Amino acid sequence: MLDVLERRFRAAAPKVDRCSLRFMQERHEQVSVRQDVVQPVQKSTDAGVMVTVVDKGGMGYAATSDLSEAGLRRAFAQAAEWARRTAGKLVLDVERLPAVTAQGEYASPVARAWETSPLPEKVDLLRGESARLKVDPRIVDWEASLWSVDVETLLLSSEGGRIHQRLRALMPGMHATAAEGVESQTRTFGGHAFCRQGGLEVLDQFEFRAAAPRIGRQALELLGAPDCPSGAMDLLLAPDQMILQIHESIGHPLELDRILGDERNYAGTSFVTPDMFGTYQYGSKLLNVTFDPTRPEQLASYGFDDEGTPARREFVIKDGLLLRPLGGRTSQARAGLEGVANARSMSWNRPPIDRMANLNVEPGASSFDDMVKSVERGVFMETNCSWSIDDSRNKFQFGCELGRLIENGELTKVVKKPNYRGISATFWRDLKMVGDERTFLVMGTPNCGKGEPNQVIRVGHATPACLFAGVDVFGGA
Amino acid sequence: MQEYFNDVADLLQGLLQKDEVYTASFSGEESDFVRFNKSAVRQAGAVSQRAVTVDLIEGRRHAAGSTTLTGDLELDRPRLVDMVEDLRETRAHVPEDPFLLYATDVRSGERVAENRLPDGAAAVGAVRDAGQGRDLVGIYAAGGIHTGFASSLGQRNWYTSYSYNLDWCFYHRADKAVKTNYAGFEWDPAAFSRKVELAAEQLAVVAHKPIAIKPGQYRVYLTPAALYELVGLLSWGGFGLKAHRTKQTPLIRMIEGDARLAPGVTISEHTAQGVAPNFQGAGFIRPERVDLIKDGAFGQCLVSPRSAQEYGVPTNGASSRETPESVEVSAGTVPQAEALARLGTGVWVGNLWYLNYSDRTACRTTGMTRFATFWVEDGQIKAPLDVMRFDETVYRVLGQNLDGLTAEREMILDSDTYFKRSTVSGRLPGALVNDFAFTL
Repeated sequence: MLDVLERRFRAAAPKVDRCSLRFMQERHEQVSVRQDVVQPVQKSTDAGVMVTVVDKGGMGYAATSDLSEAGLRRAFAQAAEWARRTAGKLVLDVERLPAVTAQGEYASPVARAWETSPLPEKVDLLRGESARLKVDPRIVDWEASLWSVDVETLLLSSEGGRIHQRLRALMPGMHATAAEGVESQTRTFGGHAFCRQGGLEVLDQFEFRAAAPRIGRQALELLGAPDCPSGAMDLLLAPDQMILQIHESIGHPLELDRILGDERNYAGTSFVTPDMFGTYQYGSKLLNVTFDPTRPEQLASYGFDDEGTPARREFVIKDGLLLRPLGGRTSQARAGLEGVANARSMSWNRPPIDRMANLNVEPGASSFDDMVKSVERGVFMETNCSWSIDDSRNKFQFGCELGRLIENGELTKVVKKPNYRGISATFWRDLKMVGDERTFLVMGTPNCGKGEPNQVIRVGHATPACLFAGVDVFGGA
Repeated sequence: MQEYFNDVADLLQGLLQKDEVYTASFSGEESDFVRFNKSAVRQAGAVSQRAVTVDLIEGRRHAAGSTTLTGDLELDRPRLVDMVEDLRETRAHVPEDPFLLYATDVRSGERVAENRLPDGAAAVGAVRDAGQGRDLVGIYAAGGIHTGFASSLGQRNWYTSYSYNLDWCFYHRADKAVKTNYAGFEWDPAAFSRKVELAAEQLAVVAHKPIAIKPGQYRVYLTPAALYELVGLLSWGGFGLKAHRTKQTPLIRMIEGDARLAPGVTISEHTAQGVAPNFQGAGFIRPERVDLIKDGAFGQCLVSPRSAQEYGVPTNGASSRETPESVEVSAGTVPQAEALARLGTGVWVGNLWYLNYSDRTACRTTGMTRFATFWVEDGQIKAPLDVMRFDETVYRVLGQNLDGLTAEREMILDSDTYFKRSTVSGRLPGALVNDFAFTL
């Protein structure tokens, strides 16, 4: 099928300065069991192309689900018309964009493909986990689910570029809600964070089959727990909260299109300015952050981004010093800064913009026990459930599902509704200890929203547990 | 596109076996998207897409699938045939669904608007002209939006609208900006010019030296756009029957306890006054109006067909997410023109941003001020305000601390374009609120 599409592209491509075609097909399948009832199985196939024309100083795109040669010709005509309309009116000089010449293939490593397990086997698995979530009559809602994604892309350019990629991922989920009177508490399987590229082996990597009773019990424990105390104290964040902290207060502010102002009407601007790269101390010397789309199992790994730039691991922050922004080749050409291969689109019907892909905090040297022992008064927080940050990505407030007090170097009682707030520009400088490899976890999030028109995309984060000093912590009303 | 969907429906009918039933929902759009930054074009193009979701039912067993379509039935036939065969195979492996419910009372209908949109190039020209000498950033989205429903029982519903939504800011510098939205069905150059002039006037105020206030409690005026954000968060689980019965609603203290909003607050899903289709994916027709909060007390839930079957109550045509699509907040008595004077000394909140719950069961929310937010003294705007974080319960904001709602309401056409252009809308007043807590 892709060969046919390639022939149609060659036949339909107009005589312009340059043009490209990006095909994307995404197949989803969702199976879930809620309150021991099998929910309707959801399957979807979404396929189409975006063609882009660059001509005489203008640039335009057209996206269509009609993959026939006639359909491609119509799309090229629309894209060429938008290129004509925008000539001399663009915010960027398209002559400075590098040619798309890369050729290559990439595929997610998959040990046990989704299709190898028949539907009844998956249903049986979820029935079992669903039943194990209901540990008490006060559990009023519970569900276990699997969400499989299979994406195939082909990028063709008039300069000879040809990139074929296939990305497969699994996103398992589970939750239990306990309620009594006017109080209810929900505990989940890592929020939405326990997801990776690969097949059904991802379930074992996250110990899915062992999680249900613990989730049910913790929902109950939270129901009877006191509120998280208030005050400035040490804060130890589990990896499934760290990923949100990284995402919102490192990832988004470093996106180069935000720094260039593209997102100011929607997702926001950034407190980071171009002059800060190479000079700004973003965090304590313990902070090391990499952009790493080459980690095979991580949710947003790939061989090339959607502008055809080969993927490479890069330090964006090293020893706390800010080094480079998260910007693809278009943003790099506009800003005159070196970036990373992160121009991505959520689908065939949206143009690429700067995204995070995999953005990871590198492991440090502290064991989990050493971090706990170092705390006289503090809270250990797990699993994000609330997130809010200003449009410059500076003043934030985040909430977690579960907190546990740390008193005199020991983890003590569970507290509910743990929240904390801070300012990105100073928060990372209070990074006191970074967990070692044994605390390190590779995760991701399936729903990062940004862009106009809006796009939601899968992003990966890997991180150890980390300890921060003097954070403003508080609990429920 | 309606004719094409009818052809798809007929094709599906022909693929059925024995006692099978199908329901099909369709969505399509032909949209232009032009993105601006620094008063120049950042990205421009067109998106044409069509997709159908089919639920293949036999008795109480069913399976649902969706696929994109080309718009050419001959090209789409193999996709649809393959999908139906796959759904049949899937259905064989799932048990009966006790909560399956689809429309069997056939109620067909259509709402087809006339296309009065401006030429894309002309609209882009007008936007660029408005940005001359200014820093304009935003997006122009325009075109046709199509939604359809069909079932093998003979029901056919169709909705077509042609709309534009120009959502933009004039920026002064950093995060200081004026946000404006100009949306509708027929471009009115005079109306657009008035929007631009008003935004330019506000921009002049935004350019003043900003004021930073300390965390604390302040009297505020929430514009309709700011209130829309708050009601939008509340809609996230606040009004759906499933969220209520599973105790996950942020309004649990209204349901299980005695919490109330102010007596003057009524929040409705007012489909008759909105721009969303009046039918949903299982074929049920929405009533003209559902009062979610009535005079400060909880009214009715939004009930999807699945929740209706699960909890034994009638559906009111809600989508599976059970969120409002045409939300309306009742008007008050404060004349809009007097809002500034009635605020006195406090904060004029032009926009709120990035709201979430800090304590869901207490309906306590947090978020940021954004764009044109001003410090006001004695009814006079003094200066733009540096962004502030708030942390407040809805029971205080729309309850004990609500000082008044404006008599005039603003129609807000949602500018969201996730997956497809939104047909969600809101109609809201502004709100004067005492002791609004800013925390950071």
